[in-house]
Amino acid sequence: MKQKSPRPGFESWGRYPKLDANVVPLNWSSDFPLRPPPATRMLAVGAGRSYGDVCLLGHGTLLRTRGAGLTGGMDRLLDFNAETGVLCCEAGVTLGEILDFAVPRGFFLPVTPGTKYVTVGGAIANDIHGKNHHVAGTFGRHVPRFELVRSDGTQVICTPTEHADWYAATIGGMGLTGLIAWAEVKLRPIVSRKIQYTGIKFSGIDEFVALSEAHAKTEYTVSWIDCVSTGKNFARGIFMAGEHSPTPELLKRSKEPKLTLPVDLPEFLLNRRTVGLFNTLYANKQRGKTTTARVDYEPFFYPLDKLLHWNRMYGKSGLLQFQCVVPWEAGQSGLVQILKAITGSGLASFLAVLKVFGDVPSPGLMSFPKPGITLALDFPIREDVSFDLLERLAAITLEHGGRMYPAKDATMTAEQFQRFYPQWKKFAAYIDPAFDSAFWQRVTGR
Amino acid sequence: MTTRAFPKTVLALGATSAIGEATLRLLAERGARFYLVARSQEKLHAVAADLHTRGAAGVATQVMDLDDMAAHPAMLAAAAQSLGTIDLALLAHGVLGKQEETEASYVEAAAVLRTNFLSPVSLITWLANYFESMKQGTLAVISSVAGDRGRKNNYVYGASKGALNVFLEGVRARLDGVGVQVLTIKPGFVATPMTAHLPQGPLFAKPSQVARGIVKAIEKRRDVVYLPGFWAVIMLIIRLIPGRIFKKMNV
Repeated sequence: MKQKSPRPGFESWGRYPKLDANVVPLNWSSDFPLRPPPATRMLAVGAGRSYGDVCLLGHGTLLRTRGAGLTGGMDRLLDFNAETGVLCCEAGVTLGEILDFAVPRGFFLPVTPGTKYVTVGGAIANDIHGKNHHVAGTFGRHVPRFELVRSDGTQVICTPTEHADWYAATIGGMGLTGLIAWAEVKLRPIVSRKIQYTGIKFSGIDEFVALSEAHAKTEYTVSWIDCVSTGKNFARGIFMAGEHSPTPELLKRSKEPKLTLPVDLPEFLLNRRTVGLFNTLYANKQRGKTTTARVDYEPFFYPLDKLLHWNRMYGKSGLLQFQCVVPWEAGQSGLVQILKAITGSGLASFLAVLKVFGDVPSPGLMSFPKPGITLALDFPIREDVSFDLLERLAAITLEHGGRMYPAKDATMTAEQFQRFYPQWKKFAAYIDPAFDSAFWQRVTGR
Repeated sequence: MTTRAFPKTVLALGATSAIGEATLRLLAERGARFYLVARSQEKLHAVAADLHTRGAAGVATQVMDLDDMAAHPAMLAAAAQSLGTIDLALLAHGVLGKQEETEASYVEAAAVLRTNFLSPVSLITWLANYFESMKQGTLAVISSVAGDRGRKNNYVYGASKGALNVFLEGVRARLDGVGVQVLTIKPGFVATPMTAHLPQGPLFAKPSQVARGIVKAIEKRRDVVYLPGFWAVIMLIIRLIPGRIFKKMNV
């Protein structure tokens, strides 16, 4: 029988790089600190939904707050105040589990990314953002309190005023400051599962910016952008806006998805032609310039969650994500340069997303979002071409005063990181002496 | 007799076990009241908070080692008093044991039998009499498919569960006439801390999936349930294998 190459016990969502580590499940907050302490350095991880190596540590110990397939782990709800909407839960609870609990009670997440399969601990550690960043800011802004446990057993209750420096260092702190044991999340009320959706076709960055300005008060806005087409279709896209429906309706819990991509697809399947075809179909799915609809929140927020393990589409070598933000002062030329580099490479995939970040300040010392335009997309791994392209994109981002998102990165250099985040040295003082990550080793040049 | 109401008061023994906890969450969502027993105060506290948040009407806890059989009657009486009446008693505690150690030492084997068989016998003896006098109630016990056949890789664990299955079959026959349900739950492989060290194949189920099956079996007043259901077929085939062939199989 053919021998399969050994698989690492824990992969990030991008499945690159592949680093082996000893995985220790944490089922109870009392399981940490480990007894006896591990001989290696360690890192707390959740569902492993960040893309690159922020959730990896080669030859280290990964403290896993959720089991594989989201089984077991630190997944308890500890308290809920229906008056204030504040839910207290263990760090391994996923945003999907919060929705299962909250939606039937008339509440919704304050901020959600494009997947509900991330944990609360991961959402804080990467200070994630969503389609409402321009009005609500990052996830961390809606976390009034959490407990940080250090490897020496010290428990620190962090709030914006109590141990405020630890609060700021841990939000967006990439899991390096210790284990987040539990956290409070302030939910927002809803009366319906439905989202009032408007989709508007645009062509070019100028039109995108104009639409974003016109929708500055719309709660959720995001755009799909074609990163393959050149010529007259360059930077075509669909601007998507949504608001929670104000019409009261039955608030039921979502059903569990049944579709799983069961195997790794062959890597040649994603190429310029197939992706171009997808983009043309997607761009023309909507016939008129503007379309409106009432849709359930699941397809609006989590279109990809319907297909579990969609990352297998990229084959077993995995994928590279790129997300940057380019500030307003740099003008739109930076973004146009980035888009041209991407279309020129012929490597882009269909999952390209464009969004305006607002000026709500992020609470974390190392938080990624800042006012400007953010672009996110993924690339298949094609030996040197993909890495060369990412190198170029990082350079353009840097030239225009932008920065890249650690949670989605596997390639930025130490020099680039340190220029993106000049506050990194201040942050380093808060890192737990026993904690480390593959990302942190890379960007501190070790 | 009309169909019985869903259990409103629940005594959970081994309440911090993965399958037990997953089952209690489903009952909490329907507003049940709980008396939880387990060894660790910290874990009990976390489970109690979770059940309360999910909708439990009330949660009382008691820390004890269920291997301490002498303490069973007082604990059970306290639970009955706290809950008013016990609608459902769920026995969820157990140990897998290490086969090599139980092969090498009677002391190790006896410890597995004590936790998985003698401790439930002590609890069930009291609970069977209680339910008989109440003329209602459900006794649900988490056993295992491992009790259906003696395998060379885990026959001490298997023997503890097999003995438990026979004991429960007898109790069920005894209480059949008085309206008490005795449910033997036989999960296959479940991804829990107890099995975390084993390589997890496609046959492994989630505790939440097994929990849904348990709640359904309680509602349908089943006697014996394999969870997930396909284990009924697998175990039927395994039980049909003649002993002289079975002893040569590496299962």
